[in-house]
Amino acid sequence: MMKWIVAAVVSGVPVLAAAEPVTPTDVSFDDYGSVEESLTGTPGDAANGAAIVGNKKAGNCVACHQVSALSDVPFQGEIGPMLDGAGDRWNEAELRGIVANSKMTFEGSMMPSYYKTSGYVRPGDGFTGKAGSEPLPPLLDAQQIEDVVAFLATLKE
Amino acid sequence: MKFKAMTAVAALLVAAPMLGMADEEAELVVNGEIEMVTKTDAPAHLEGALPEIMSGWRFRSDETQQTQMDDFDNPGMIFVDQAQAAWDTAEGSEGKSCASCHNDVESMEGVRAVYPKWNEEAGEVRTLAMQINDCRENQMGAEPYKYTGNEMTAMEALISVQSRGMPVNVAIDGPAQSTWEQGKEMYYTRYGQLELSCANCHEDNYGNMIRADHLSQGQINGFPVYRLKNTKLNGSHARFKGCIRDTRAETFSPGSPEFVALELYVASRGNGLSVEAPSVRN
Ligand code: HEC
Ligand code: HEC
Ligand code: HEC
Repeated sequence: MMKWIVAAVVSGVPVLAAAEPVTPTDVSFDDYGSVEESLTGTPGDAANGAAIVGNKKAGNCVACHQVSALSDVPFQGEIGPMLDGAGDRWNEAELRGIVANSKMTFEGSMMPSYYKTSGYVRPGDGFTGKAGSEPLPPLLDAQQIEDVVAFLATLKE
Repeated sequence: MKFKAMTAVAALLVAAPMLGMADEEAELVVNGEIEMVTKTDAPAHLEGALPEIMSGWRFRSDETQQTQMDDFDNPGMIFVDQAQAAWDTAEGSEGKSCASCHNDVESMEGVRAVYPKWNEEAGEVRTLAMQINDCRENQMGAEPYKYTGNEMTAMEALISVQSRGMPVNVAIDGPAQSTWEQGKEMYYTRYGQLELSCANCHEDNYGNMIRADHLSQGQINGFPVYRLKNTKLNGSHARFKGCIRDTRAETFSPGSPEFVALELYVASRGNGLSVEAPSVRN
C-alpha cells in the first residue's frame, strides 16, 4: 500500500486518480523490464491469482509452467521454467514486468505478453480464428495482473 | 533451450505416470512389412535448426502408435476403401473416372512423396488436393471436392497409400523456391495475440508437454491423418488452421496461396521421412 502511494505522489499523480488502472500503453518498464508502480493501486489477491494461473480460460500459465503449489491442477506444461521459488528469484516489480510483458525482461521470449493490446501479426478475435481489431482486450486485466503477481510473490522455496 | 535439462527431469517425475506416454524410440513397421523411417537426419536446408527429423508417430501414446501398425486396426483405411470406389466411378460431363485416364491407382506410386510440386503448364505450385480438383474440373467436367472435405482427404489418402514407405522428397529449388521461401517466413512468424510461431512449438519445444499435449515436430509426412478426436481424416491445411487459431490469430483459409506455401515448406522439413498416410493421431 505504502509503496504505490509514494509512487503516485512522486510521479505527480493525485492519489485519487490511482483508482483508474494504468492502461496497457502507459505501463512504464525500466531498462530491465521491471514495473515499479502497481497497475491499479489495489493490492493483489494471491488466492485469486492462483486461480488465474491454473485456469485454462484465464492466465493458463500452467500450459507452459509447473507450479507445485497448484499440484491439484492436472497437465502442467514444460515449456518454461518451474515457477517454484519465483518469489525468491524476483521482486514484485520484476514479477509485474514479467507478467505484463515478459519480452521486456527476456528478449524474444515465447511467453505471451499479458498486458499488451496492439502490435500483433494477424490479431484474432479470441480463439475464433476470425480477425480481431486492435486494440484487443489484454489477455489479463490490470487487477488480474496484480493478483497473479501477488500469488507469484508467495512462491518461496 | 537452457531449461531442457531441468524439464527432462521434471518430465520423468510428473509426466511419466500419465496416459501411457509415447515411446520415442519405437520403430514403425506397418502390416509387418512396410518399414517406415520415422526418424532420420534433417535435410540440409534445416542445418542449425534441427539435428534430426521425427514423424509425429513417435510422439503418440503406445495405443495410438499401435493402431497405425496394422491396416485392419487403422480406421483411416475405411476411407481409403471409399476413395477406391470413387476412383473407379465416372462423374461429370465427360463421363470419365480417374481410372479412365490413370488406370489402376497403383499408377500413382511415388506421387504423394513429391507433392506439393511445381506445375509447369499452370505456372504454380500445386498441392495434391489442387491437382485432384484440377482433374475433376478440367478433365472430368465434375464439381471440385471441398478442399478439406471427406471425399478429398479420402482421395488424398488413397493416392498416398501408393507411396507408403517411400521417402518424402519435395523439390524446393527452381521455380518452387519463392513459394518455399514464403512458407519458411510464415513458419517463423509469431502470429496472433499469443505471438507464437510454428517454430516456437514444433522446433524449439518438440518433446515437451504444452498443457496436456505432447509436442511433436509438426511434420506432415503422415497426412492426411486419422484423428481419434474427430474420427475422420484430416488434411494438413485443417491442422495448420487449428494451430494458427490457437495463437489467437486470424487464420488463413485451407487451399489459400499462403497455406499452399506453408505446406510446401513444412513438407520439405520432412524430406527423408516416410510417406505414412493415413497415419493415426489423437
Ligand atoms: C507459451 C508459454 C508460456 C506461458 C503461457 C507462460 N509462460 Fe512464463 N515463461 C515462459 C518461458 C519460456 C519463460 C522463460 C523466459 C525466457 O523466455 O527465457 C517464462 C518465464 C517466466 C517467469 C520467470 C521464471 C523464473 O522463475 O525464473 C515467470 C515468473 C513466469 N514466466 C510467469 C508466468 C505467468 C504468471 C504466466 C501466466 C499468466 C506465464 N508465465 C505464462 C513461457 C510461458
Ligand atoms: C481425362 C483424363 C483424366 C482424368 C479423368 C483424371 N485425370 Fe488426373 N491427370 C490427367 C493428366 C493429363 C494429368 C497430368 C496433368 C499435368 O501434369 O498437368 C493428370 C495428373 C494427375 C495427378 C498428378 C500426377 C503427378 O505425377 O504429378 C494426380 C494426383 C491425378 N491426376 C489424380 C486424378 C484423380 C484423383 C482423378 C479422379 C478424381 C483424375 N486424376 C482424373 C488426366 C486425367
Ligand atoms: C501453441 C503451440 C503451437 C503452435 C504455435 C503451432 N502448433 Fe502445431 N501443434 C500443436 C500441438 C499441441 C499439436 C498436437 C501434438 C503434436 O503433434 O505436436 C500440433 C500438431 C501439429 C501438426 C500435426 C502433426 C502430426 O503428426 O499429426 C502439424 C502438421 C502442425 N501442428 C503444424 C503446425 C504449423 C505449420 C504451425 C504454424 C503455422 C503450428 N503447428 C503452430 C501446437 C502448436
